Amino acid sequence: MNRKSLDLWVGFFVAVGFFAVLFLALRVGNVSSANFAETYRLIAKFDNIGGLKVRGPVKSAGVVVGRVTEIHFDSQNYEALVTMMIDGRYRFPKDTFASILTAGLLGEQYIGLDAGGDEKMLQSGDTFARTQSAVVLEKLIGQFLFSKASETPGGK
Amino acid sequence: MLETALEAIRSIGHRVNDALQTLGFAARFLAMILLYSGQSFRRLRLTIREVYFSGFQSLLIILVSGLFIGMVLGMQGYETLQRYGSSEALGVLVALSLTRELGPVVSALLFASRAGSSITAEIGLMKATEQLTAMDMMAVNPIARVVAPRFWGGVVSMPLLAAMFSAVGVFGGYLVGVVLIGVDEGAFWSQMQGSVDFYLDVWNGIVKSFVFGAAVSLIAVFEGYDAVPTAEGVSSSIKRTVVYSALAILALDLVLTSFMFRGI
Repeated sequence: MNRKSLDLWVGFFVAVGFFAVLFLALRVGNVSSANFAETYRLIAKFDNIGGLKVRGPVKSAGVVVGRVTEIHFDSQNYEALVTMMIDGRYRFPKDTFASILTAGLLGEQYIGLDAGGDEKMLQSGDTFARTQSAVVLEKLIGQFLFSKASETPGGK
Repeated sequence: MLETALEAIRSIGHRVNDALQTLGFAARFLAMILLYSGQSFRRLRLTIREVYFSGFQSLLIILVSGLFIGMVLGMQGYETLQRYGSSEALGVLVALSLTRELGPVVSALLFASRAGSSITAEIGLMKATEQLTAMDMMAVNPIARVVAPRFWGGVVSMPLLAAMFSAVGVFGGYLVGVVLIGVDEGAFWSQMQGSVDFYLDVWNGIVKSFVFGAAVSLIAVFEGYDAVPTAEGVSSSIKRTVVYSALAILALDLVLTSFMFRGI
């Protein structure tokens, strides 16, 4: 095997390898959508975040507008502090409502933003005024059972 | 009675001693490879030649196995997922299992049996025919001239081969899932892109295959260099290369996975 064809085949091998990495990055993975060009930071306080995870999506009207970057526990108020980075192209009014929702019946949990009607917009570092916690299935079933029990006083 | 008991204890001690000595030599050997790497990189063509032999010539087996494994994943995944009415998640299943686990692990196992064993055979035979000693006599360092290029050739080839394995596997899953069975194409790709993260999944898979490549290459060159210079010794070295590489790959995979995907 002479030098030139050896170099040719090794070059071909390395090029195919890098092409495969590129394919995995762009076509299989989400390197293009994971990083928004310009972001700003918003904070939301929840009584209960359920199964929300770091890197979970933040959606408004079903469109991904940001990602959850940090989740902390605030030991002063016993609340969860969720920090998220929102795409800089999207602005939300001051009275936007942040709630934790579930995709599908058993899907992943995400933060849904419902825009309000305020004139002023949320700035970087602001906190959502109104939030709604995740629905905990056990509590829901408990409430359901209590209301059922109260419907039939002295039931069987 | 006492004699036999003592004999048994002695033989255990002897084996432990031997194993520790081999391990120590392997560690010293790795240090020597790293030490003489600079010297061997000055003649880069030697390493490029090894990338050709261990990397390029493994292409066929890697690509074909990747395609088949991807296709099998597509079939089996569809069979299970459709029971829960979520066959659109097939792309996620195929891509995650390939990039995280199967790509690095299976391609490293194939690489160990295809390229690792041939490296061991080559170096072992060089030792048996006293070529290594002859090099030493001519003031050519056999580690810089023979061992280091083969080691680095394997380290460079392995991540590239694993990436190709995963890419071809995803394509195989696409062929079976979308073309053959008829899962929705848009959902297949978009759900895959939604749940495969570049850093967490793809990059960690590449890191894994890099570690596996280093482990397999080290075991292969070490077993060749350490071979008993007879026909029988070389053959048992090759056997050890394949067995130890497989064990090392699977054990390292457990360790790396527990580091990378903790808390998920």
